[in-house]
Amino acid sequence: MAALKAWFDRRGWADLIVGLPYLWLVLFFLLPFLIVVAMSVATKTPTAPPFSFGGEHPWINFDGYARIFGDALYVRAFLISLGNAALATVFCLLIGYPMALALTRVSRSWRNILLMLVILPFWTSFLLRVYAWMGLMGKSSWFNTGLTDLWNWVVPIDWAVKSIPMMHSNFAVILVMVYTYLPFMILPLYASLERLDPTLDEAALDLGSRPWQVFLDVTLPQSIPGIIAGGLLVFIPAAGELVIPTLVGDAASPMIGRVISDQFSQARDWPMASSVAVALLAIMVIPTMAYNHYQARAEGLK
Amino acid sequence: MNRRPVFLLTVLGFGFAFFYVPILSMIVYSFNASRLATVWGGFSTKWYMSLWSNTQVIDALILSLKIALVSASIATILGTMAAIALVRMGKFRGRTLFSGLTTAPLIMPEVITGVSSLIFFLLLAQWIGWPSQRGFTTITLAHITFSMVFVTTIVQARLLQFDRTIEEAAMDLGSKPWQVLFDITLPVISPAILSGWLLAFTISLDDVVITSFTTGPGSTTLPLLIWSKVKLGVTPDINALATLMVVTVGLCVVIAGIVMNRAEARRLADERLAFRANG
Amino acid sequence: MADDAFLRIEGVSKTFGSFQAVRDVSLSVSRGEIFALLGGSGCGKTTLLRMLAGFEKPSTGRIYLDGKDMAGVPPWERPVHMMFQSYALFPHMTVEANIAYGLKHEAISKTDRAARVREMLDLVQLTPFAARKPHQISGGQRQRVALARALARQPKLLLLDEPLAALDKKLREHTQFELMSIQERTGVTFIVVTHDQEEAMTLADRIAVMDRGEVRQVGSPTEIYEFPTNRFVASFIGSITSFEAEVRGRTDGLLRLHIPDFGTEVLARDVPSVGEGQKVTLALRPEKIVISKLPAPGTNAVEGVVKDLAYFGKDSLYRITLPSGALVQAHAVNARRGDEGARVADWDDRVWLSFDPASAIVLEA
Repeated sequence: MAALKAWFDRRGWADLIVGLPYLWLVLFFLLPFLIVVAMSVATKTPTAPPFSFGGEHPWINFDGYARIFGDALYVRAFLISLGNAALATVFCLLIGYPMALALTRVSRSWRNILLMLVILPFWTSFLLRVYAWMGLMGKSSWFNTGLTDLWNWVVPIDWAVKSIPMMHSNFAVILVMVYTYLPFMILPLYASLERLDPTLDEAALDLGSRPWQVFLDVTLPQSIPGIIAGGLLVFIPAAGELVIPTLVGDAASPMIGRVISDQFSQARDWPMASSVAVALLAIMVIPTMAYNHYQARAEGLK
Repeated sequence: MNRRPVFLLTVLGFGFAFFYVPILSMIVYSFNASRLATVWGGFSTKWYMSLWSNTQVIDALILSLKIALVSASIATILGTMAAIALVRMGKFRGRTLFSGLTTAPLIMPEVITGVSSLIFFLLLAQWIGWPSQRGFTTITLAHITFSMVFVTTIVQARLLQFDRTIEEAAMDLGSKPWQVLFDITLPVISPAILSGWLLAFTISLDDVVITSFTTGPGSTTLPLLIWSKVKLGVTPDINALATLMVVTVGLCVVIAGIVMNRAEARRLADERLAFRANG
Repeated sequence: MADDAFLRIEGVSKTFGSFQAVRDVSLSVSRGEIFALLGGSGCGKTTLLRMLAGFEKPSTGRIYLDGKDMAGVPPWERPVHMMFQSYALFPHMTVEANIAYGLKHEAISKTDRAARVREMLDLVQLTPFAARKPHQISGGQRQRVALARALARQPKLLLLDEPLAALDKKLREHTQFELMSIQERTGVTFIVVTHDQEEAMTLADRIAVMDRGEVRQVGSPTEIYEFPTNRFVASFIGSITSFEAEVRGRTDGLLRLHIPDFGTEVLARDVPSVGEGQKVTLALRPEKIVISKLPAPGTNAVEGVVKDLAYFGKDSLYRITLPSGALVQAHAVNARRGDEGARVADWDDRVWLSFDPASAIVLEA
């Protein structure tokens, strides 16, 4: 007992602090992930569980990866996912940047209230925020009928429509993604814009720049770290999104998250689902590595 | 700048409209008497009444709260330990892998985490006979794993700006390093730990994807229940449920904001007091 | 080294990577002394202090406290407490809890503990503030909490890292004397790290002047100021004007030096270790030089022209050019009240500078 206490005092406490979370993450995160990687080169069988290594099948089977490049379904799913995520990121930036900049220009008391309003959606259910848009986009909703009336009033009579087909389209997916991920863009942008020294703006104005030139020459270059951080925070979850395309997306052009889920649960093709998952991760690792590299370089410069 | 940034404020206004119009619309329609969710049929609170007697919803809520409570608490303990390990323990063997493991779940798409957890639990059941069925335990294990790294991120940021001399002072006054941890470090960073717990709690309470993969028969959490109903379309009783949830969370956040503002005001008053004592 | 030394530092060095922060330092401190480590930033004084507290391990050398080797004794087992420069008060505890913190590791009864805390609060006059948190009290009060907290466990040795640096000037002077009186009452041995020479001179019984990791001289404030043993110490403490000199011989127990800048010989207090023909440095403190418009009697005199003067009120600093072009700094007390005419000398005046042989500092290096 005394020996145990001495061990705890000396280094045991430190070993526990490192060891417990380490063990947990290895067991419940790394191990399942490695299983998926191994599964991605297994062969699908009609047994339970539905996979096999070796036996009458090859030990390592790259069919899954071959199908990702060979089968138009997968190529299309990847392209749609990346395209939707990229568009959502760009729209988030276009809306989020002026909002973040505006937040730095309002008075201090207003700013705290408005920031809280930006953060509030963070704490409310993601699913319900998607659901709220389903209510707006439906054919008979006040929002859709209003838009339809507006459209019919503006365009020639030949182009008139009964309602605007918003639900179950890529447009709906991108719109809801922008809606749900916008706070992820605004907050890092606000953080990087708020740190800027306002006297720099005044110095540039004093030196003869017009306000929009000040923005291009002074503000924008200094906020690039915020843009990159916000962009990744939107792009990465958007590319692997499952809930939004399932609820408001077009079932005929599924995103990659949907493909993984369907392959796994409906087709019971574990190896194929795993191959697609590994490929998706590989695609996501690239921007993350680029970001880390950029950040390391920026820190090296300081 | 003296000129009002008209363009920026306009975008800000539209942005907030974009944020809140869908939610307000949902709240309004939760009082709709019509069964058709999108056509106004007069004011009514009947959907709230029917919610109250809906045992399915109540059971799902209780299960969700149980899972969130347990998983957030364990995730906070493990996540805080991981943050201390990363910031305070210097170089230890396998540190690079460890730091990778504490960030990877942040960028891992939920669907992949879900699939890999399910495969893991299925294979585990086959190899060692546990878990014999999926439900509360498997959901909680999965939630702990992916929410603990959020706690780590928050606590790590706080520890990095921690004044280490107060830890040295405690050591100098006779405390062993682990006593310093309990007496000084943890109390001082407790606001960050609390934020971590709240975030882990919310993440768990909100999760659909990972839960849908790790759940089993008979274990329906509130988000899973909503998910299964919402897939079929918009209904007024979901509007009512959603309104209750949004209003509850909103009130909590607003109250937290007021409490924090009060604390800030008190701190400023204290500093004025100290300044006067100085004179 | 004396055997009764309470703290003995023997040949201690500390290297961080390729940087040598402390080089071969040996010191001994007696019981009940206030000992100052004085030096500029980066001179190694804080590293030495941290080795005494146990936060750093010496790369080589040994530290003995009260005859006990401190190697391998962790900070929490050393009877040594530290007052941190930032005070390092625990922000989540009251003043009282801060002071009581160290006592919880002591095997004493609750009533004794409470009594000790009361005694400490009384010692630093903070009894009315016992229930406040650190952010609710002023900087000077925080400093006293830090002192009381470090003294509560009755350490054998108290380390003070720049104890007055965070206080404003007025408070600093008052606190200096308070520190000295508390040290007298408690009898604890103090080691004070400071960059401020005035602080070291007022507080300390003895001072070790450090430079680039080395101890350059150890002595009482008077010894350090009046009898510096090298140019670094002579110029670090106070100001000096130094001249190249050559030893010509000895007369009546005084050293005869030839100063090329004066063009004459001067007499200075003898330094037994120097021999005839040796090149040495003659250092003169400004206040030891007498300025007069009349030719001064005796040998130690030289003529020059006032180039510059700065009026400080109670005294004035003169910069005087010698015929060789060398500049000499000299202080003169403004003993008489009056306008410019009351001064000892004015711009471009021809003056005679003289000094007592006993006041001349002869340095070998």
